Amino acid sequence: MSIHDDAVQTFTPRDFHRQAHDALGNPQIRANFRKAMDGLMTKRRDSFGDWDLETLRELGANIRMRALAKLPELLEQLEANCEANGIHVHWAEDGEEACRIIRELCEARGAKAVIKGKSMVSEEMHLNEHLEAAGIEALESDLGEYLVQLNQQTPSHIIMPAIHLNTDEISDIMHHKTGTERTRDVDYMTAAARSQLRERFMAADVGISGVNFAVAETGTLCLVENEGNGRMTTTVPPMHIAVTGIEKVVEHLRDVPPLYALLSRSATGQHVTTYFNMISGPRKEQEHDGPEAVHLVLVDNGRSRIYQDDELLDTLRCIRCGACMNHCPVYTRVGGHTYGTTYPGPIGSILMPHMLGLEDTKDLPSASSLCGACGEVCPVKIPIPDLLVRLRREAVGEGRGNVPGAGVKRNKKEVAAWKSFQWLATHPGAWRRGTAMAGKLNMLMPSNLGPWTDHRTAPKPAKTTLHALIKRHRKQRSDA
Amino acid sequence: MAPVKLYPPKPDKVYFYGTCLVDIFFPQAGMDAIRLLEREGIEVIFPDDQTCCGQPAYTSGYQTEAREVARSQLGLFEQDWPIIVPSGSCGGMMHTHYPQLFAGTEDEALAKAVAGRVFELTEFLVHVCRLKLEDRGEPEKVAMHTSCSARREMGLAETGPMLLSKLGQVELMEQERAAECCGFGGTFAVRHPEISAAMVEDKTQAIEATGAKRFVTSDCGCLMNIGGRFEHQQKAVTGEHIASYLWRRST
Repeated sequence: MSIHDDAVQTFTPRDFHRQAHDALGNPQIRANFRKAMDGLMTKRRDSFGDWDLETLRELGANIRMRALAKLPELLEQLEANCEANGIHVHWAEDGEEACRIIRELCEARGAKAVIKGKSMVSEEMHLNEHLEAAGIEALESDLGEYLVQLNQQTPSHIIMPAIHLNTDEISDIMHHKTGTERTRDVDYMTAAARSQLRERFMAADVGISGVNFAVAETGTLCLVENEGNGRMTTTVPPMHIAVTGIEKVVEHLRDVPPLYALLSRSATGQHVTTYFNMISGPRKEQEHDGPEAVHLVLVDNGRSRIYQDDELLDTLRCIRCGACMNHCPVYTRVGGHTYGTTYPGPIGSILMPHMLGLEDTKDLPSASSLCGACGEVCPVKIPIPDLLVRLRREAVGEGRGNVPGAGVKRNKKEVAAWKSFQWLATHPGAWRRGTAMAGKLNMLMPSNLGPWTDHRTAPKPAKTTLHALIKRHRKQRSDA
Repeated sequence: MAPVKLYPPKPDKVYFYGTCLVDIFFPQAGMDAIRLLEREGIEVIFPDDQTCCGQPAYTSGYQTEAREVARSQLGLFEQDWPIIVPSGSCGGMMHTHYPQLFAGTEDEALAKAVAGRVFELTEFLVHVCRLKLEDRGEPEKVAMHTSCSARREMGLAETGPMLLSKLGQVELMEQERAAECCGFGGTFAVRHPEISAAMVEDKTQAIEATGAKRFVTSDCGCLMNIGGRFEHQQKAVTGEHIASYLWRRST
């Protein structure tokens, strides 16, 4: 991850174990994530203060579930109302189609320079690479995204893309890539990035942003941000293209305040963000600013397949706050890049298998101790641990087969092991004899248990099982 | 948070579901739990045909095998008595996941009935027995690790510490990031051993930093993991199931 290396480090979910090994052995990564996640957890807790958080989460979950229940109708309503507002709506079945639509919109205007607000969907479909291949330069304007892009990396967190970097590393990156002074003065670096970006906003032909909530009843696109780059991206260039997953639609304008309250607090512990943009169309004739044209690209990319399954459907409630990763003891230790996926952490582990297939992502659903911290903090109450178990089931071929690559992890050895477990646990006589024997011979648990005993001593079966102790206990009582 | 749970009055009889880890590795904890219950005037029935709740197969995705194991346990509790489980993890499996596991099958009603009668041991001692303890031990500092299943799946973050607070000579030491997982997670510890090891290392450090030479927990998975790490590092911190600790100090 050294910024001095010209070789760009790439990550893939197929190498999760190796990447986790590397991250665990990297003290800088460990310290950066621990510190950042500790801070975020505290901020979130403090920001909800005395609020009845459970009731609010319940409300958030209900709003999202209601929207998903009517998803096809709401999307049509959104399209009609956006078009009525002058926002052109495009539908993309996958990332490739979305990239093509956006490129063609850019080419139609002869655009060479694109400025981007933060958008995880655009990361999901590798939009920047696609545009670059067509000779269109796409520059990230969110500070974290900008730094990550300068460093030829991908975001390590969905809200704080450069959270894996500390001040010294950022200073180095900016020094090498933009010629700023080496410093620990955060204000200096921020001001430098601001002025570098300001020029690019002015020169951009197109601004591309994401969407946090797309309101069906009004055709309004809500964009939550802190740096003003979202507002610049969506108002300065002559054309604005908003790109979003189809699940981001909500029914009513009144659905937005509770979700926004949950989002800002869950994500960064803020009561409100610095900017909240509501985009409802291009510049009108009598107006002096704003883009001449606004487009909305609605991306499916596997979402409607998730939608078909009444259990997996809960995955689509997500409002992308990142609280599940902030509270995940696994994410905190291995960081975001280790997952090798656009969305890391618990939400990534239940979402990416649908996008990439279980062949490539089979190690992600198991990379959780099922401690439940993610589900506990999720502002829309996604049952993340249950969904992790569901995907484990799919991976070993015991699910409904609704996930690409289902059954990829099934192997004879493991099936035989669980069948043996089943046999023993359903034959109580054999269980009692077997467990009693284990204690006497200490054979069930050799002292070398591979991965377990590299870090811990082996548990030793007791000389007498509970079953046997109880037999004695009963005898003592009847004798007494 | 689950709706407020209403607890029954103290019953004459309870079932005791020992769990496989207690049965094989920590049988004394099971006996101590039984003695605590018996001291409260409750007759403890231990169904001899109990084996394992099926959780290891369940969390590994082996639904069919988990269901068959769970099915063999459902029939062990014929009478309407509470089922006491000295583990939040197995308790959570039976309380929360049995109804899911049998949804739409002929055993659904039975699974729900059993699930509704499952109580984790510390929960039962606090809320149903309203346990009083006379502390006969020396003054001691102790740390507690509440399992994630007890804490989150069963909503029982408080019952362990409440029991310890009834021991007059015991000082419960607060540890940093007490709510964080110890890294056990059943097969997680084997499938992702390095991540699990990093987690248990942090947990043991946090416990050690409290100055306590003893930690207690209500789950034998965590006990095996945290205790095994302390032992591996040859640290002078020992772990114990909370049932044994309570029994030992009050007799």
